[in-house]
Amino acid sequence: MTQTTLSTPDTPLAVEMRGIVKKFPGVLANDHVDFELKRGEIHALLGENGAGKSTLMNVLAGLYRQEAGTIRVKGSPVEFHSPRDAIKTGIGMVHQHFMLVPSQTVTENVLLGLDDPRFFMRLPQYDEKVASVGERFGLKVDPRAKIWQLSVGEQQRVELLKMLYRGADVLIMDEPTAVLAPQEIEGLFDILRSMVAQGKSVIFISHKLQEVTAIADRVSVLRRGVSTASGVPSRGVARQELARLMVGREVIFILDKKPAVPGDVVLDVGSIHADNDKGLPALRGLSLNVRSGEIVGVAGVAGNGQTELSQVITGLRRCKKGEVRLGGDLVSNRNALFGIEHGMAYVPEDRNHVGSAPNLSVTDNVIMKNYRKPPVSSRTGLLDMNAAAKIATDLKQAYDIIAPNVSTPVRLLSGGNLQKVILAREISGLPSFMVAVQPTRGLDVGAIEGVHRLLLTQREAGAAVLLISEELEELLSLSDRIYVIYEGMIMGEVRVGGGESDEALIEAIGLMMTGTPIEQIRKEGVGAHG
Amino acid sequence: MAEASLQKKKTGFKIRLEPRLEEPPGWFPLFVSLLAIVIALILGGVVISAVGGDPIRSYQHIARASFGDSGVLSDTIVKATPILLTALACSVAFRMKLWNIGAEGQFIMGAWGASAVVLAPILAEETPRWFFLFVMALAGMLMGAFWGFIPGYLKAKFNVNEIISSLMLNYIAVAWVNFWIFGVWSEGGFQMSPKFPENAWLPRLLEYASAYPAFRGLTTHAGLLLGIAAALIIWLIVYRSRWGYEIRLIGDNPQAANYAGINIAANVIAVMMLSGALAGLGGMSEVSGVVHRLQTSPLAAGYGFTGIIVAWLAKLNPLAIIVVSVFFGALILAGREIQPSGIPKMIQGIILVSLIASDFLLRYRIRITRGEE
Repeated sequence: MTQTTLSTPDTPLAVEMRGIVKKFPGVLANDHVDFELKRGEIHALLGENGAGKSTLMNVLAGLYRQEAGTIRVKGSPVEFHSPRDAIKTGIGMVHQHFMLVPSQTVTENVLLGLDDPRFFMRLPQYDEKVASVGERFGLKVDPRAKIWQLSVGEQQRVELLKMLYRGADVLIMDEPTAVLAPQEIEGLFDILRSMVAQGKSVIFISHKLQEVTAIADRVSVLRRGVSTASGVPSRGVARQELARLMVGREVIFILDKKPAVPGDVVLDVGSIHADNDKGLPALRGLSLNVRSGEIVGVAGVAGNGQTELSQVITGLRRCKKGEVRLGGDLVSNRNALFGIEHGMAYVPEDRNHVGSAPNLSVTDNVIMKNYRKPPVSSRTGLLDMNAAAKIATDLKQAYDIIAPNVSTPVRLLSGGNLQKVILAREISGLPSFMVAVQPTRGLDVGAIEGVHRLLLTQREAGAAVLLISEELEELLSLSDRIYVIYEGMIMGEVRVGGGESDEALIEAIGLMMTGTPIEQIRKEGVGAHG
Repeated sequence: MAEASLQKKKTGFKIRLEPRLEEPPGWFPLFVSLLAIVIALILGGVVISAVGGDPIRSYQHIARASFGDSGVLSDTIVKATPILLTALACSVAFRMKLWNIGAEGQFIMGAWGASAVVLAPILAEETPRWFFLFVMALAGMLMGAFWGFIPGYLKAKFNVNEIISSLMLNYIAVAWVNFWIFGVWSEGGFQMSPKFPENAWLPRLLEYASAYPAFRGLTTHAGLLLGIAAALIIWLIVYRSRWGYEIRLIGDNPQAANYAGINIAANVIAVMMLSGALAGLGGMSEVSGVVHRLQTSPLAAGYGFTGIIVAWLAKLNPLAIIVVSVFFGALILAGREIQPSGIPKMIQGIILVSLIASDFLLRYRIRITRGEE
């Protein structure tokens, strides 16, 4: 096998991983995985959450240590004990969660941990160096800017800059587009192309098929720790085929959705105004309603007040004007408990920091909403932990949550399984209303489908569902109606499946997302062609 | 150059540290703690022999001085009792990541509250003993809770750092007690109150010497029972009650607790008051079981601070706190028995450092490999 390295001198392998094995408790994350990266290519690593993509790349980046297998970089065997070793051989990883110091400048962050400068920080001189590296690869960032002043996309560029400054030839990008807005994604792709043109190699971890076919030269697919495709050229391979390799079965992209039977208005949001964390207006007279038995989508570019909307509805944020009613009861400006006790379920955007307690067990996490009531709670204020464990075990079974057991701390669970824990908890409360914010963010195709099915089940059971998402496809396939939010206001509402084609709907939604009110669209006749 | 360094590593073994990605098994933390104590004793032994002592004999002496016969064992337990209660006080607050450094002051205020029942006087001298003690315990807990309420309320309402406020309140507590014993309740100008009537003393084993001769001279008092009962109750609260669940949830992730509809501010105040009440009970137990009068120096002996250490060493587990408190009681006692008293203090310090260092092993694992794989 290693012969290939020597026999193909024209296109030398930048990285060659052979028979990588990595175990975690109860999971074989990588089971004899082979991976090859050619010089000057963008190589997508595709797989579900928990398929072992990040694990494999963490091994390559020196963060984890493989139990078996060998790594060769540019033909010579290497052994990494730390990320420092990896970067010395030219391998750098940009993680999903950035590792930057917010109060320091771009240059300071780039220099962090380097031996040069040794003692005195002659920053202006280094600012220039950093800027010149950035220019070479089309990474436009002001080296003197402080990190907290930068957008997420710019911060990602700083992470890239850090690696390029250290002389990385192989860049591993862990789901780089997950945090980016659509325009920023295009910008990132341009940067990646310019880096590859200058001889760098890129590994692109993703589970989004469109992106993979758009940017990658070759694709490798992992499924449950095993490699199912290795270095397939991405041109000419069907998306359905990749999806099949990823999940091992045909993914149904079109969900079978029964016709909506909307009932009474369950949630009524009446022209609410609210500030964001910085005290700036985030919601400006926003109104919407959700009926029982329907899924109502809220589309919009991130940061237009979606988070604040969900928080006002669930009682986690005060609104300054307006009101929110749930089944006639006023819920705004009360507290989270009132909503919980009145049948409101909430799948928050941030499952790690809001939706779960990382060091507590699966059991402790699933009783978060119902520990006040029997059977978990007795009248004396004591908890029946056996009953709680039984509930957790049942939910683990019913929702196919993969965890060694219910006393495992949830921080050890993969993203998809953590989301299942949260959904299991929220749905098992038999809510009359559910607000789900980005419920499928960062999940793999299989898990996304599972989440979608669960939301549809809620709808068929007669619950009102408010789905706040940035994924248009998701909104179009699930929602009965879609509101479009822009700068804290509703630009308009469209009905899905009301005769208009998806293309026309997307066009109209796209226009509203960028700030065109629906009245204007109707008047000018754009979007809705007849 | 990379080649050269790789070749050099080919011989011998390499020791490497890796972060643990999984939970170590349940017995592991206990094993590591015991290992740390053994290593600490070995290190202490090295120091003792370096200054010309015989480590084995020294340790034997320490063991004898703390556990050697029923008399010293009883003394050890007497020392352990206030530590047990202050450690419990710290453990509940720390569980919620509330850094209550004020157990010392809450302990002293508890002692003052209990003393006030006798000295004010709130109850007459001939009050039945059980009722006297009951009211004293209640008063001690109330004063401790009040002393915990202040930083708790400031934290909940104005987000005042509880470390600073609870620490500062310690000094006020001492000054407050001094004011009373220097003036109002001074016994003939001495800086102590008059001795309490025996009705206000917690029962001691020696009182039952006529029935059980083995108890002769043993000063272990009923405060131990209060402490053990408190430990059991706290265990029940933390691990088996709704309130404890809320405390654990807030401690692990306040945002998630907020999301689950838990009132964090109210819990901050309540937990600080519970913490203060436990320390206050410790103060009552000490003043009524050992000192038998209000006096600053034997009360403000740093039990509140030792409680912080004990709570950490016991990993905030109320039942483990019982064991660790006895161990610390023994070290304190050995310090009194052995000359020079520096040795047990030093061992105490080495054990502490080893235990804190051993925490590392819970988060990392050591992998020893051959030079070439």
